[in-house]
Amino acid sequence: MVRCFLIHTVCQLSALSAGESRVLYSRVFGPDEGVLSDQHRELSPEERRLLQKEKAAVVARQVRSAVSLFREASDRQLMEMVPGDEALALQEADSGVVRLRAGDPFSEEMSALWLGVQSLAFTLVCEPHENLLLAEGTLRNLTRHCLEHLHMLGQGSEVLLRSHRIDALLSRLLPHGQLLFLNHRFAQSLEKEVVAYMAK
Amino acid sequence: MGPVSPTQCLRNRLRLRERERQRERERERERERRREIQESELQKFYSRLVKLLQAKELSHETVDSLQRLHIILFATKFTRTLPVELQKRLLSLLSAPAEQIQVLSSAVLRETLPLSGQELNYNQENAAQLNSHAAALLLSRAGSRAELSSLCTQFLRSLESRQSEGPAHSFTHILPIINTMLTHSPECLTEDHVTLLSKKLVDWLRYASITQGGGASSGGFFTGPRLRQPMPVAELDGTVSGDFFTVLCVGQGFTEDQWMNVYSFSMLRHWLLTYHSVSTGSTTADTANRVRLSLSLSHSLSNDDRSEVDGSVVSMVSATSSSSRLLPPKERLREKAFQYCQRLIEQSDRKTHRRIDAELQKACLVEAVGILDCVCVEDASLVYRTFPCIKALFGRLSSDLSFARVLLPIAQFYLNHGEMAAVDCESVWKVVFGRFPAELFNDAFLAHELLRFLRLNLESLQLRLPQYTRSFPNLLKFLAWNSPAVVDDFVDLLPSLVTTGTAVELLHTLLDLPCLSATLVLQHRSTCLPISDTGGRSLVSLDAFRNPSFRGLFLFLLRGEAGSGDTIDRLSTLHEQLAEAASWPRVVQCAQTVPVLLHIFFNTVVTIADQKLLAHLILVMLERSSLLLSLRTFIREVHRVFSCHLLRLCKLQPSLVMDQSHELVEFAGTTANVYNKEEMYTHVVWVLGEYLSVSCDSRCSVRLITSCFEALEAVLFEITSSTPPPGSPCPAPRVITTLMSALAKLASRSHDLIPRVSLFLSKLRSVTRCGSVTWCSDEEDLVAIVTRGEELWSLLKTPGVAQSVLTPSAHVTTPQWHKDTNVSMPLQMRALTSLTHSQ
Repeated sequence: MVRCFLIHTVCQLSALSAGESRVLYSRVFGPDEGVLSDQHRELSPEERRLLQKEKAAVVARQVRSAVSLFREASDRQLMEMVPGDEALALQEADSGVVRLRAGDPFSEEMSALWLGVQSLAFTLVCEPHENLLLAEGTLRNLTRHCLEHLHMLGQGSEVLLRSHRIDALLSRLLPHGQLLFLNHRFAQSLEKEVVAYMAK
Repeated sequence: MGPVSPTQCLRNRLRLRERERQRERERERERERRREIQESELQKFYSRLVKLLQAKELSHETVDSLQRLHIILFATKFTRTLPVELQKRLLSLLSAPAEQIQVLSSAVLRETLPLSGQELNYNQENAAQLNSHAAALLLSRAGSRAELSSLCTQFLRSLESRQSEGPAHSFTHILPIINTMLTHSPECLTEDHVTLLSKKLVDWLRYASITQGGGASSGGFFTGPRLRQPMPVAELDGTVSGDFFTVLCVGQGFTEDQWMNVYSFSMLRHWLLTYHSVSTGSTTADTANRVRLSLSLSHSLSNDDRSEVDGSVVSMVSATSSSSRLLPPKERLREKAFQYCQRLIEQSDRKTHRRIDAELQKACLVEAVGILDCVCVEDASLVYRTFPCIKALFGRLSSDLSFARVLLPIAQFYLNHGEMAAVDCESVWKVVFGRFPAELFNDAFLAHELLRFLRLNLESLQLRLPQYTRSFPNLLKFLAWNSPAVVDDFVDLLPSLVTTGTAVELLHTLLDLPCLSATLVLQHRSTCLPISDTGGRSLVSLDAFRNPSFRGLFLFLLRGEAGSGDTIDRLSTLHEQLAEAASWPRVVQCAQTVPVLLHIFFNTVVTIADQKLLAHLILVMLERSSLLLSLRTFIREVHRVFSCHLLRLCKLQPSLVMDQSHELVEFAGTTANVYNKEEMYTHVVWVLGEYLSVSCDSRCSVRLITSCFEALEAVLFEITSSTPPPGSPCPAPRVITTLMSALAKLASRSHDLIPRVSLFLSKLRSVTRCGSVTWCSDEEDLVAIVTRGEELWSLLKTPGVAQSVLTPSAHVTTPQWHKDTNVSMPLQMRALTSLTHSQ
């Protein structure tokens, strides 16, 4: 099971203090963890929502640090990319995985897989016993679609203004957080649906 | 204009700052104002949206407004309440025909709070008929476990009642929903559920159609006849599939049960893990199950084996499997899962041209081996049937490191079942502990999975695999390469690597970790780049790495197993060659993790080591304090850790000081250490003054005390009578006072030495009276030093008292307030003064 999918910044933003990350898209799958844990049962729905937002922010911050440290260590210059370079951007993307200890921020241990494309990171928070090889492939596939259908290498803010496209994408490629074993034929058939949705 | 005075300058700066502050306040007010406007504008926006939603046809503007509403709600941490009317409209839109609207309304509502008493637009019976987006909302709104349980029941029941009524795919999202609920709340499951879903999964996994789905006939004049005679599905290499359908089968299109096959397999492992944990929950339920299972046996009998009806060519897998029709559902599912995985392993050997399929094959192997492990844990009798296949798979893949991620689950299988099947696992561990870290240290995902594998199996690894602890030089390569990502794992793993046999070598290895990091960078570079290309600059270290005369040094760092010696002689040569690496980010990151790991190392080692080993470790600390890769912060931090643990070890076993007295005195007698290892030096001197005493160890002789005294005296004399060497700062006042206290302590144990201390202290007073000295630049520090000197001097005038104060017997030191001599001495002095005065 994938617990959540995030798109967030990994670069320095003037509006944020150093080390912070702006979450541009977040989707938590399944019921709210807060409802089910004894520790947070007393919280009001409003507080639970806040807690959920904070959890996403914690993951984003941790991944941001991981990405910057990774880039610092590999000593590679980022290439400037423009719309149209999606395939290359994906190929050049940095990737890695962060172990989120139990309680920090989820009640159980999780693995956060990330893909750093330019100043953005795409992050999947999975249960650690999950098939990470499959998760990695799914994350790449999702990222490719996001880059293409939301023109994320450009200047625009379509990731915010067309976030329903990501929702629709997730409902097919990662329905309710379920990683799917899709061979190229199954994938093509889903992609056809995705393209049809985007064309609307 | 004349020159500007400093006060004017200051005033100008203050004025500027004031103006800056004023502007900031204005900006804040502006932001405030905007917030207020936003609220009223928001209300207008809401009402406009309600109007838009009342229209029969939903326009582009509506879609845009809904998306805008979503941003507004998403962007704030705090929950906004929507007008009731708007909420209701949005709820009704969940079942709108256009998917875009469903998606948007679901997304918007997920960001809001449910109205009090408001339920989603479903009655208790039709939850399962909601579309996927509405169902997602329903799930995210579930307020309690009970609610989740009832939802779970509904979704499960819907699997039973409907076969394939309704549009295609409407069915597919139900399995992921169920899986999500089980992930969060496995206790939703009842035995009935287990039976029901196990049966359904068997159907979908094993008996999905083996002909291509409707997509094959997507128009075209000549496709007509094909429609009537469906094509069989194919394998990934294009040959016609000869056995049941799996996720590795392809066709032009897929039938619904083929889609269900994909969804079923995707959740199968989690299902096996979950129902396993449910059924082992209570024994009373178990007996009840058995009754129910025997009842359901009749049902499975009536459920005819459709694979035979299909009349397909039966492959190896089906032919070798025993007939399972008579088994109860759980066992039957286990059997079918077993067959499915065997078939996947077979299929994964087929050539495919597409990368996506090749990757899927690997992912399927990981999953299949995981599932086989799962069913074997539940039913040990399957182990013997599974091992030949796993062994063959290992044989096929073990030499190809691109399959490393697949080999890990295989290793898990060997670890779990190898003993039972009496299989030789040596070659598996050679790959896992040998080639993986040595050759794939830069694969972040493998590192994560391998270290997790170690963490999870720590107990059995320690118990059964001696090669695990021996492999630490190899395992640490993951840390040396990608420290920030894996340091957390090593925090957990390190204690298991500390044994009496490995401790000394491990300590050396940890200290050399930055060197290892640099060496891995060099190794990586020299394999990636041709010899002539060094990226524009020539690297001394890279030349050294390629130089045969240094080969041995680098090979030692890169060794795969412990036991070839604790460290090497020419460490300083190695450090010289690697000097430039001190600025490489990867090396710096690695060096930053070392102090943490050293703390863990020492904390663990005191729990297992005997005195001999601890004495050896003290020796290593003294030696290595000057043999470190020259990263300034790294050296300082390591010295700090050493100091801290030197003190702890000596406190724990005071006679350690006697064991290593020769080395400690030598260290304390070297003046250079005052300047470049201040922290360590202070602690060594303190430890000598405190614990070099007959009361700590009967072996302590007057001669030893005298020689120690002389060594310290010489250093103190030297640093207080000359200017510090060029480039060094003045000796720290703490070093000087610690030296004085240590001398006084030693003198109090051997009264012949008292005149020598007193002489020095009186000299010190007269020197400082003349004004400033070259060895102490701060007036206050000098006063403190002189005061301490005077205290000690007067204390030593009455040797009996001095001894009781400076070397208090155990019953005096036991109270906590005596622990810190520096703090407690004035206290003791005051107590003594009041005693003498009252007399």
